[in-house]
Amino acid sequence: MNILIVLIPVSVCLGALGLVACIWTLRHGQYEDLEGDAARVLLDDDDRPDGKRHGPAQTSKPD
Amino acid sequence: MTALAACPACTAAPSAAQTARDASGEVLHLSLPGISCAACIAGVEGTLAGVPGVRAARVNLGRRRVRVVTEPGTGAAPALAALETAGFEAHELDTSALDSGNDDPGRALLARIAVAGFAMMNVMALSVAVWSGATAATEAMFHWISAAIALPALAFAAVPFFASAVSALRAGRVNMDVPIALAIFLASVTSLHETVYGAGADTWFDAALSLTFFLLAGRYLDHRARATARSAAAELTALEMPRATLLDGAARRTVAVADIVPGDRIALSAGARAPVDGVAEDGGVLDRSALTGESALVRIAAGEPVCAGETVMDAPLTLRATARAEDSALRRLAALVEVAETGRHRYSGIADRAARLYAPLVHGLAAIAFAGWYTATGDVHLAIGIATAVLIITCPCALGLAVPAVTASVTGRLFRSGVLLKSETALERLADVDCILLDKTGTLTQGTPQLPELSDDAAGVALALARASDHPVSRAIAAALEGRAAADVTHIGEVPGEGVSGQWRGAPVSLARGPLGTELALHGHITPLPMTETLRPGAEAMAAALIAAGYEVRMLSGDRPEAAGALARRLGITRVHAAMRPEDKAALVEELGAAGRRVLMVGDGLNDTAALAAAHVSLAPASALDAARVASDGLLLASDLMTIPQTLRASRGALRRIRQNLGIAAGYNAIAIPIALVGLASPLAAALAMSLSSVTVVMNAVRR
Repeated sequence: MNILIVLIPVSVCLGALGLVACIWTLRHGQYEDLEGDAARVLLDDDDRPDGKRHGPAQTSKPD
Repeated sequence: MTALAACPACTAAPSAAQTARDASGEVLHLSLPGISCAACIAGVEGTLAGVPGVRAARVNLGRRRVRVVTEPGTGAAPALAALETAGFEAHELDTSALDSGNDDPGRALLARIAVAGFAMMNVMALSVAVWSGATAATEAMFHWISAAIALPALAFAAVPFFASAVSALRAGRVNMDVPIALAIFLASVTSLHETVYGAGADTWFDAALSLTFFLLAGRYLDHRARATARSAAAELTALEMPRATLLDGAARRTVAVADIVPGDRIALSAGARAPVDGVAEDGGVLDRSALTGESALVRIAAGEPVCAGETVMDAPLTLRATARAEDSALRRLAALVEVAETGRHRYSGIADRAARLYAPLVHGLAAIAFAGWYTATGDVHLAIGIATAVLIITCPCALGLAVPAVTASVTGRLFRSGVLLKSETALERLADVDCILLDKTGTLTQGTPQLPELSDDAAGVALALARASDHPVSRAIAAALEGRAAADVTHIGEVPGEGVSGQWRGAPVSLARGPLGTELALHGHITPLPMTETLRPGAEAMAAALIAAGYEVRMLSGDRPEAAGALARRLGITRVHAAMRPEDKAALVEELGAAGRRVLMVGDGLNDTAALAAAHVSLAPASALDAARVASDGLLLASDLMTIPQTLRASRGALRRIRQNLGIAAGYNAIAIPIALVGLASPLAAALAMSLSSVTVVMNAVRR
């Protein structure tokens, strides 16, 4: 059962990694506009009418 | 908000980061009621990116809003014009009236859910090993690891329950959070005891965590449904972008009301509302009904104070500001909210009533279990273990979800059909309603009243006479005749309560009350001036639907009995209360309430505010004045009045579903309690029962 000494810390760390990732998304306001984000997936940045290529570069943080 | 300071979901200074990025620019919020899809997002952001002076734009589709950062001094006009050209309806929002847009309590709840979920999964995994027979050193080690994960996680995630339980106990009440907090606390303490002394009994870390996780999910559902409605309501206020005309020496400038400072001179035209508290520089006539509910007009002399919200009648007035807008408006709103809240605090929701019944039962059972097992075996340790098992297994996991899951799902559905419920118990109170009071003007009707076709002469004379009087009917006639040329009427005099008379082309003319309502006397010929009002869409269908559903429907109006009666007959409403003053409306609501009726008041005006606040539950159309919107429990965004019967039907359905859910939760408890009492409840059984009952009530809540 010595393998537990490795496996348990590994599993806890993996879980903690998920938690940290989740809190990171929270702090970056990724749950502010779920409806909009669902729609944004469909946007093709290359087709923007202004001709600029990368959408996020000219948008600001959501509120 | 102190609890939020330690929350990992809140950046140390979220606004500071935002401000740094926008430091050199101005932030605007525009409302975009028409957007609905990805193409709209691309269209709006693309259009704004091409506007000179706009640095960044980000659409929030959920809130139908775009946040724009512009070069200083650009203002909203270029962005609005560009969107208009591109075919998007856009309105500027008053940024100061919007909440910052950050949903901090919601984010804190999500962070707690994340922590509880993470800890729950890890501890569950360890528990599975224990349940499948790990022994001795392995079991002890697993318990220690579980404790190390669970205790800090609970200390963070379960804070809302402890805080709420403590504040309830301080106030001498018992709410749903008391048994929850007690169960979590006892489970942690006894499990820690087991871990430290290895006494051989069960540990409950996984149960305490899954309890916390499910209940936090219920909290979040509840919060989210109401946050959406509240943010939409705040947006309505923000849409009335307040502007004022500032007198700067001889020049006139238009400024935002928020920028007015004490000492500024503000020009108010007739019919304008004073934006800030101030002192009148010349005499005039004021409508103070916004503050006093008194519909009689007040004449003031130069140097007398004017309060924000009072309307200037008659002639233009110059106001010298004595307070900033936020000082004036805040005081007024605070007073109104207070009026609205006092009656409502007494109402306890079905969840609280269930808790009042449930908490003593559970605590009693746990105490009996402890006493029974202690006398039977003499083993304190075992007795505490059994009592904890009873508390955990009966803990209202499903009860905590039973109500919020239903209200969140129904409130969300109503929101999509254009009804915003701001108050948390509004849905339950709507389900109780048996008597409906409808305000006539502005609620059942809309727009300015229409006059019959008049010749130019008659219209001119009527307008000249009407303008000379402050009487509401005269004002309405003057408003309806707006745009016609006034005739040159001389010797105008008013007999209060009778009418206005004068001389025109050498002949006497008058506008007076007569047997046919308001009559215009001209050339010895009498023309009645009946005012017909336009019904709101759906008004007739709504009245029919409400009467058919068995509600008692009454109409309230400050108008003359004849006018109100005629409209009521068109709608099929038999009980009409006409010529009601604001205090009469509130008195009628209270009288009905005292007679045991559950009154729904629907109204829009300042004169309805007291009645809206006094009623069991109240709704206001979105076109209502700010004060009425604040005083009511819900807003009707759709102009179609058929949403009222739909809302009532939905609320009754919701109450039925809540009762079903409480029944399901009680059923689970009825099975689980005997098992726990005889000492057969294992942590595994608790985990299964808890998850099963929670999932069942949530499924029952979201099914159509």
